[in-house]
Amino acid sequence: MSSEPTSTVRLSVNGVDRTVDVPDRQLLSDALRHTLGLTGTHVGCEHGVCGACTVQLDGRPVRSCLMFAASAEGHEITTVEGLGNGPDDPGPVQQAFIDCHGLQCGFCTPGFVTTIDAYVRENPDPSEEEAREAISGNLCRCTGYQNIVRSVCRAAELVPEREEDA
Amino acid sequence: MKPAPFTLHRPRTLAAALELLAELGPDAKVLAGGQSLVPVLNMRLAAPAHLVDITALPDVDRVESSGAGVTVGALATHRAVEHDAGAHEHQPLLRQALTHVAHPAIRNRGTVVGSLAHADPNGEMPMILALTEGHVRAVSSRGEREIPAAELFVGPLETCLEPDEILVSATFGAAGAGARTGFDELARRSGDYALAGVGMVLATDGDGAAETITGLSAGFVSVTDLPERLVLDEHVAGTPTAEAREVAEAVAAAVREHIDPIDDIHATADYRRHLAGVIARRTFTRLARTNDRPRTQEAHA
Ligand SMILES: Cc1cc2nc3c(=O)[nH]c(=O)nc-3n(C[C@H](O)[C@H](O)[C@H](O)COP(=O)(O)OP(=O)(O)OC[C@H]3O[C@@H](n4cnc5c(N)ncnc54)[C@H](O)[C@@H]3O)c2cc1C
Ligand code: FES
Ligand code: FES
Repeated sequence: MSSEPTSTVRLSVNGVDRTVDVPDRQLLSDALRHTLGLTGTHVGCEHGVCGACTVQLDGRPVRSCLMFAASAEGHEITTVEGLGNGPDDPGPVQQAFIDCHGLQCGFCTPGFVTTIDAYVRENPDPSEEEAREAISGNLCRCTGYQNIVRSVCRAAELVPEREEDA
Repeated sequence: MKPAPFTLHRPRTLAAALELLAELGPDAKVLAGGQSLVPVLNMRLAAPAHLVDITALPDVDRVESSGAGVTVGALATHRAVEHDAGAHEHQPLLRQALTHVAHPAIRNRGTVVGSLAHADPNGEMPMILALTEGHVRAVSSRGEREIPAAELFVGPLETCLEPDEILVSATFGAAGAGARTGFDELARRSGDYALAGVGMVLATDGDGAAETITGLSAGFVSVTDLPERLVLDEHVAGTPTAEAREVAEAVAAAVREHIDPIDDIHATADYRRHLAGVIARRTFTRLARTNDRPRTQEAHA
């Protein structure tokens, strides 16, 4: 391990410029969790299927398990931590999940929150059917999805409200 | 699982990328959006010593469309092509099929050209390149060549590219005037690879009740070894579009006869063959029915 190739990477994470030394083979998901201590991003399958590791790359949802941290040089990453201000001041999509009981164990939730945040900004008034399609790339083993679909629609109400207030 | 160690190179110019590939030889792999390559590395199905990440290369993410075709640069993502108005106008098959490629989060990062280099017969993009008789442009430090779809794909997950070559762009043929295109597939879950999929280009002549079919070609997802274009003119040419139903079963039969699906954990070969026939029949009749809005009509469910 000691002699393996590393890179110095500059990137912005949740609005803060960071410089990190990472092994070249380190996945962005592991860099966020292990190197930067942002354990909100979860890791399920590591082959792009479950969606738990989804973060926003320059505002668009991507799988952080399918990208090397070294490839994130110069990019802006937003994780679930960046979409709210902690337990006492949740962001609008986090609040929507609370309002609609959109989570049980919460393992899948960070990937849903990052996905839905980007989705409702592009699609401000989704139908239930569209909401269902929007989350089709994220797996949840607990909720049965009904309340997550409701959370998408609630998020579509809360995101613009919060922006007006801001 | 985590990938085996490698050195990641992130060249800033095409010349530097080509030099690296020439120097490193078969120990190096090109990394684009990573949506196929990274899973392979994570599962340790491959362990290249070097990755040449091309995502920092300038000016290779363009999408340019004209009556001659739709040319997409190496870094144009699935999303960019899906949302490109010019690409949709000149070759609607792209958007029609792209909405079936994985999920938005994968399409945000995956590239159309990477899908072609990956050459998966279960992929939608290789099929569209074959069906529209497109080509790709490959460059290396030795020079540059244009490769037609029919030569690019040599086997499942196998192309004729040399290890030192980078695909800088792909050009999909345009849908000509009077042509209608449609794509449909069936997958177990939204975003999964298809059990079977069919793309079609229907050519017609004349208007309204006098409109007749002049040609039909089809391409297939998940039911052939190689992406290819099947010409079905003999079954349909001269038929008034209003009577397309009469020849639809002949189209489906020709498709079932032509394809060569395999059994796997997701479906039997027989089931895939049956599905491809049903999708072909439905897509054909839907395209024939929509004779009032040539080209802009999208036939996918
Ligand atoms: C959950 C999931 C679901 C998926 N579902 C589908 C689906 O339904 N349909 C589908 O078609 N695909 C699907 N895919 C596969 C995937 O989206 C594409 O194969 C992928 O995006 C390929 O493009 P890329 O830029 O990500 O290539 P990479 O993964 O970076 O590379 C793929 C291969 O192509 C080579 N390569 C890439 N770019 C170039 C270039 N410019 N020049 C030379 N070689 C190059 C690489 O060396 C590698 O061998 C899915 C993937 C995931 C993770
Ligand atoms: S851990 Fe990345 S998609 Fe499952
Ligand atoms: S809440 Fe447990 S996996 Fe979704």
